Amino acid sequence: MFQVLKQKEMDLKGFDMSNNIILRVEDLHKVYGALEVLKGVTFSLSKGESKVIIGPSGTGKSTLLRCINRLTQPSSGRVWLDDVEVTDHKANINQIRASIGMVFQDFNLFSHLQILDNVRIGPMKVKGMSKEEATKLAMEELANVGLADKVKAYPAELSGGQQQRASIARALAMNPKLILFDEPTSALDPELIGEVLTVMINLAKDGMTMLVVSHEMGFARSVADEIIFLENGVILEEGPPNQLFLHPKHNRTAEFLHKITELYGETVK
Amino acid sequence: MSLVFSWGWLPLLGKGALVTFELTVLSISIGLFLGILLSLGRVYGNKPVYLLSSFYVQVFRGTPLLTQLFILYFGLPSVGIMLPPFLAAVIGMGLNSGAYQAEYFRGSIQTIRGGQMVAARALGMSQWQAIKYIILPQALRLAIPSWSNELIYLLKYSSIAYMIQVPELMFEGRVIASQTFRTFEVFLVVALMYLAVVIVLSQLLGALERRFKIPGLGRSGRILT
Amino acid sequence: MGLLNLIWSSFPALLRGTVVTLELTLAFLSLGLIIGISLALSRVYGGQVLAKLASGFEQIFRGIPALVLLFLFYFGAAEFGINLSVVTAAILAMGLRSSAYQSQIFRGAIQSISSGQMMAARALGMNLYKAARYIILPQALRFSIAPWSNEYAGVLKDTSLCYAIGVVELMRQGRYIVARTFGHSLLIYILIAVIYFILVYIGLKGLRLLEIRLHVPGFETKRNGLERI
Ligand SMILES: Nc1ncnc2c1ncn2[C@@H]1O[C@H](COP(=O)(O)OP(=O)(O)O)[C@@H](O)[C@H]1O
Ligand SMILES: [Mg+2]
Repeated sequence: MFQVLKQKEMDLKGFDMSNNIILRVEDLHKVYGALEVLKGVTFSLSKGESKVIIGPSGTGKSTLLRCINRLTQPSSGRVWLDDVEVTDHKANINQIRASIGMVFQDFNLFSHLQILDNVRIGPMKVKGMSKEEATKLAMEELANVGLADKVKAYPAELSGGQQQRASIARALAMNPKLILFDEPTSALDPELIGEVLTVMINLAKDGMTMLVVSHEMGFARSVADEIIFLENGVILEEGPPNQLFLHPKHNRTAEFLHKITELYGETVK
Repeated sequence: MSLVFSWGWLPLLGKGALVTFELTVLSISIGLFLGILLSLGRVYGNKPVYLLSSFYVQVFRGTPLLTQLFILYFGLPSVGIMLPPFLAAVIGMGLNSGAYQAEYFRGSIQTIRGGQMVAARALGMSQWQAIKYIILPQALRLAIPSWSNELIYLLKYSSIAYMIQVPELMFEGRVIASQTFRTFEVFLVVALMYLAVVIVLSQLLGALERRFKIPGLGRSGRILT
Repeated sequence: MGLLNLIWSSFPALLRGTVVTLELTLAFLSLGLIIGISLALSRVYGGQVLAKLASGFEQIFRGIPALVLLFLFYFGAAEFGINLSVVTAAILAMGLRSSAYQSQIFRGAIQSISSGQMMAARALGMNLYKAARYIILPQALRFSIAPWSNEYAGVLKDTSLCYAIGVVELMRQGRYIVARTFGHSLLIYILIAVIYFILVYIGLKGLRLLEIRLHVPGFETKRNGLERI
């Protein structure tokens, strides 16, 4: 049923994904001292596509996301966003980052700013948008994630789920080409996970391009076009959720999927 | 303009440095004794003792050391009490340091869990025994970082005693300067002497602190000099 | 001369001295604030060279007694043919000295902010300057108010040392009054101590109010007020 829905949307949007590559990651390596965390990772993401990265803890998932917007400097390999090479040292990295949203495990909302300011500071200070315009935009994004009544609150006054939704609004206000999610629900109490996943599912359905590190398989099965299984710094297997669940190529994939469905259950109905 | 230094300055500066050393050691000791008493007064004292020790600490922390020394050295003679410079300086610095040390000890006594006192009393110790054998040994160890800091502070602040004619390092520097007219050079040497002692002392105290560290006792956050 | 009369007649001189003392405090703290923030930023975000330089600067200015620094700047300037007024020499010596202490306060505060704040700011596309200006410093400065009050009290009290190079501040006015009104030195110096005491505590109260005013939910300040500055 998920597949059907997804297919229908694609038809509506009327494009062929393969020709609309937004993000290309090529042979990415990252070495910390003696530890090689990423050992040659290659994949791409088309416009409107959502991919979910899974893999054991410490396997380099966060490192991979951070290499994409160069919050961490890759040791070698290349990353392209559209036709701009992110890994090119002459590239304007701040401008590139402005068009890649990022949502963190522990939210990282700016603690000294009210929610409204958290969302409009990017458009104002990075994009030079006027205060009026930024405010209007921020209010819209906050309303979209269901936080219209919390604009005056400080982060510490919100629940984890509300904070994470605010941080998604903060990313959206930059009008990004792509959003990176690093385990957006794993710091949340179980009863708060649903509200964040709902926002993410709606985003995916609205055609946002998303790269999500998450072990929420319910989410993966409902909106992910592909699941990437990262282990020991390499992509062990990659494919549509049903393929990975029903016909995994590797034993490890089956084992890992089994373990996480047991651990996390399927939060999304 | 060229800088001129002379080895001939060293004997006099050495003599001054010795006085600086004596001044520091005596006043930190007076301050230690006073600080422990005051901190106990603030934590365990009854109302009058608490108020009195708090007042003392606030007054000495709230006014400049120079003013305190002037009161002792230039002020007291107007009511017939004459103190020699060195004595006035030791008393003034000791009283002053006592107020600061009281705060360090109070802070560390208060970080020791209440259970320690309860456990000691449960063993049948009197309050004084509990303080002496259980609370203070822990509190003093915890206070080593801030206490080291205080020692270094006092060493530097002892230079103020020059203003009431104590022949310490600064004073002897002034003497040499007035004879040689090489004021800048002399004080450059004086500055380097202080700097060297301060740096060596903080290394030593850092080592002492690591030596006395007991696993699991308090935090080891070192307040930098 | 009656005591009240003495106090009354010294009032104008003490007031002038108090004003100078406050002006010196303001000047030392301001210079110390600007340079202190720069030093702290250099130590946290600057390259290795910059961080080393800043830390060397701090060590020197913290390791030399204030009185010696005052002499060095005052007589040193003359030695190098620079004509500095005593007040300028005092501002340089004590302002730079305060910057070394303030840098420590700000550095501690910056380092206590979770690294996720910087990461989120950079991920939005802010450059290092913007991230420091809009995200890190507003938080760090809030955390700094409590320890900074100690620095305020310390700097205010240390203005008295400028007496030694001839600045006519509160202590020196006191000295003049003592010289004029022989036999009342104890009273005059106690009066001066009271003035310092009042200034110190008014300032501390003010800073506490500022801290409360700027309070943001989730920022419980780590106040201990123990450091000796
Ligand atoms: N800044 C760093 N310095 C050294 N090692 C790091 C650093 N960041 C991450 N690592 C190491 O890289 C590995 C992968 O980390 P990470 O990408 O956070 O894994 P994951 O997100 O998959 O749990 C871990 O072993 C971690 O200890
Ligand atoms: Mg991770």
